[in-house]
Amino acid sequence: MVLSHGGEPWRSAGRVEHKTTEWVLELAPDDKSRAAGLALGSERVWSGAGRGGPGVAWGVCADGDGPPHRTTVDTNVPDYRCSCRREESPCRHVLGLLLLLASDARVLGRVQEPPAWAARRPADRRGRAAAEAPPGPAAAEGPASREAARRADRRAERITGGTRELEQRLTDLLRGGLAEVDRPGYGLWEETAARMVDAQAPGLANRVRDLGSLPASGPGWPARLLEECALLHLLDSGWLGRDRLPGPLAATVRRRVGLTASAEGPAVRDRWLVLAQYDVPDGRIVTRRIWLYGTESARTALLLSYGAPGRAPAHALPVGAVVDAEVTPFSGGGGLRAELGPRYGEPVVTAAPPPGGTTAEAVAAYGRALRDDPWLDAWPVTLSDVIPAPSGDGWRLVGAADASALPIAPSALSRPGLWKLVALSGGGPLTVFGECGHRGFDPLAAWPPETSDDAGASAAVALA
Amino acid sequence: MPTDITTPDVPVNPPWEDLVTSALLGTDRRPLRAAGGTAAGPVALLDAAAVHTLRRRAALRPATGAVLPVPAPADPRPPLPAAARRRLAQLLADRSAPPSGGRRGAAPDLTELIPQWLASAHARGYRAPAELLPALLDAARARSDLRPHVLAFAGPRGLWLAGLNPEWRFALRASHRGAHRPDTSDPEAVRRLWEEGLFAERVALLGAVREQDPDAARSLLTATWSTERAEDRLMFVDSLRSGLSGSDEAFLEEALADRSRNVRSTAAELLSALPGSALARRMAARATSCVNPDRTGGDVSIAVEAPHECDAAMERDGVVPVPPSGRGERSWWLGQLVEATPLGVWREKFGGRTAQELVMLPVSDGWDAELHAAWCRAAVRQRDPGWARALLGAPSTPLANGPGTVSLAERSKLLATLPPSERALWVAGFIAAHGLSEAFQLLGVCSVPWDGPLGRAVVDALDIARDAGSYPWSFSGVMGLAERCLNPAEADRLAVLTTTPDEPEGASPGAGGYWSEAFLRLVSTLRLRAAMDAELAQDRQDRPGGAGTATGRGSDEAEGGRQ
Repeated sequence: MVLSHGGEPWRSAGRVEHKTTEWVLELAPDDKSRAAGLALGSERVWSGAGRGGPGVAWGVCADGDGPPHRTTVDTNVPDYRCSCRREESPCRHVLGLLLLLASDARVLGRVQEPPAWAARRPADRRGRAAAEAPPGPAAAEGPASREAARRADRRAERITGGTRELEQRLTDLLRGGLAEVDRPGYGLWEETAARMVDAQAPGLANRVRDLGSLPASGPGWPARLLEECALLHLLDSGWLGRDRLPGPLAATVRRRVGLTASAEGPAVRDRWLVLAQYDVPDGRIVTRRIWLYGTESARTALLLSYGAPGRAPAHALPVGAVVDAEVTPFSGGGGLRAELGPRYGEPVVTAAPPPGGTTAEAVAAYGRALRDDPWLDAWPVTLSDVIPAPSGDGWRLVGAADASALPIAPSALSRPGLWKLVALSGGGPLTVFGECGHRGFDPLAAWPPETSDDAGASAAVALA
Repeated sequence: MPTDITTPDVPVNPPWEDLVTSALLGTDRRPLRAAGGTAAGPVALLDAAAVHTLRRRAALRPATGAVLPVPAPADPRPPLPAAARRRLAQLLADRSAPPSGGRRGAAPDLTELIPQWLASAHARGYRAPAELLPALLDAARARSDLRPHVLAFAGPRGLWLAGLNPEWRFALRASHRGAHRPDTSDPEAVRRLWEEGLFAERVALLGAVREQDPDAARSLLTATWSTERAEDRLMFVDSLRSGLSGSDEAFLEEALADRSRNVRSTAAELLSALPGSALARRMAARATSCVNPDRTGGDVSIAVEAPHECDAAMERDGVVPVPPSGRGERSWWLGQLVEATPLGVWREKFGGRTAQELVMLPVSDGWDAELHAAWCRAAVRQRDPGWARALLGAPSTPLANGPGTVSLAERSKLLATLPPSERALWVAGFIAAHGLSEAFQLLGVCSVPWDGPLGRAVVDALDIARDAGSYPWSFSGVMGLAERCLNPAEADRLAVLTTTPDEPEGASPGAGGYWSEAFLRLVSTLRLRAAMDAELAQDRQDRPGGAGTATGRGSDEAEGGRQ
């Protein structure tokens, strides 16, 4: 996805990377800024915009909120400036301009010299920035990284404040009793979620919001609500005590609270089999989840990409395809989340399923994964030789060999994929990939047995 | 670091139920008891609950002793070629997509092509892809006209699947009506089903037996005839229509005395279709006493003397005595007699004149319309192409001056007795002479795809209609039919019509653009049908078979996945 920039090198030294839309959206401090940034990533609201070379752009944004804002970005340093007075950093205007840059918007035109108001500081840095290390609190000296470290400290303080407030609300709730929340018009969750957004802890905000739907989730809701409250409390405690946690667990806590991680592990090149691809609506943004299985490394990886309203997410990989590519894992969270690097050659489609295990191995794998991430709802597993079977109101996946059964997750029962799975099995065993967790097994792809005479039918079938 | 958020005296492993109760009622009202007997607060409760939750989640085990469903019966049909499989997925996905607004534009209407695709795939004996069965059943649930096609194509696994989902119950009901054929190989089982089965099962059984052994079916019927209910007898006697022969005559003669009037008239209708039957002879005798050659002038003409009464014998032979309101009794009786008379009788009676010559003879006293209409019905009932040809006349004859009846419904019935190519030629001639406005019903009886001359006549007529300057939606019925029935090979010839012409003098404003859009849709639909046919016709050897084929198949499937 590297773009060519009209032939004029702004800077010849150093590795120049084109930043993707995903990267920009990950940069957003919270969901609200992310949505606002997406709205401002539209050519209409920008005037006098231009670009100075790879990663450098400027523009005047008229978003109707006070006088127009002058915004400059330089992703090489990185350095983001905006004349607005917003507290979030980077602000929505910076995100919007970065999105224009990422999508190579026409309004930016060809490479040119910046106007006077935008020119001063990028010009100062030209020499030094080329050698600069990737940003981070622990990065090298220099005003930019010191500033970044100060920002990170400020954010951590706000999150700490948020977790304390959340702890207070949880203990108050438990003191008064969960029965309180079943009353109509109970508004604690939305309000608390908004407080967590203010505290720049989007992970906590999402969890709090999810709690709100539990009292309406049918019989047994108090137990489910208590479980989730307890795990939220565990996350609060983890954040407040993160200095005493082992490194990977501390990283998991940071990510669960909502700090963005980055892909920093060593890249793994492999022939990756696409196990599943599905979209989850997330407010106005669509999150696309793609599960990959490394046919040589036997690793499983999760790619996330985001689509702005009305636009499809960037990555599209057909289920059953094998892609020769580099994949870079993120830190924390069991090492599943990863970023897709360079691809080599075109994908080829295979009918071969990934190696699978039994139902007992599947739940055991989920149990092991909880050691690294106690907040994990499900773990990706492949089951081989299982048969879908009706059971009461629901369905189960039954091991053909031992008649051991996993319930299919309630959320999967209303999806058309369930009936595809049943039709594909015809009462016989098949291989199923899915997410296995405490709510049951959520089937995402299936492979009919290879003994089937139907060559076309033994290809992977997406269920999500 | 704050330490005030954890409490050291966490209760030792309290039961989960106690934790839930305490949480539900609140620790103020229902405190947890800590190890030392002191009351533990909400934080201790949350700590204990977190431990419990994780312990439970980490220790999940599968249930044992699960019951498995009965597997679906095997389906020996070969799988679809890969391209046809993708096409079906696309047709079905388009069906469930929301309609994109009112006017159709130039894109083919995929939904209208589903029945054709299904019939074609089923005729080639392909098995439906398992993963598309749910979408197929959903489509059939929404559109009952698709059900016979879908159920035949979906096969045993489709039926098995429908049994697991209450939304697809219709498939189980419909299967009794003929999609699922009863087994007729075991005479004992046949007899038992005939004697004990439900009505629908018995109708299906009778139809199946009749197809293989007409006499055996009649024997079944004779055995239980006297005990059947009147409405059942009507259905059963009607099922003798297929495979009707002289050996059914005795049974049908007896049915002429049935208690039910509907059974009697159906038996009479069937008997009159057997030219050698006693009933046909009796009707012929009655008819020829009413219709005679008249040689009083120089030329021969037809003299008609309609019957004066409808006696008991006539009634027994199925003549309905009371006419519908507005019709005279005598012409009503005459029509029924002529209709039930074997057409061959007239040639004898009129000195060897052919049907063509007979329909040209003048008829006395204005009886011609009545007589010709009765001959039309007789030609349809006796499936006599010679008479049908004569009664249809030349397709270019002006509508009002034709012999026989001018009703389009009657004409399309007469056409149906002709061989397909002759049918198409006649309709082509009709369209060339009279245009499209009356042709819709006649086109409906032509076989698909339309033969060359018929296709050309339709396209020429559409072209003329365009030049006349009217809007294309006056012809949307014929257009839609053309999209489904024109031979796909015509697409190239039609492409020239898709350009927007200069608007002729007096044309409706903008009509030219709409016409080119309509032709564009016609052409793209034909191209699509050609592609669909080619996909289904793909030789099975083209498809890779066995395990080493993944990449071969993959190369074409990967196309859709590229960004």
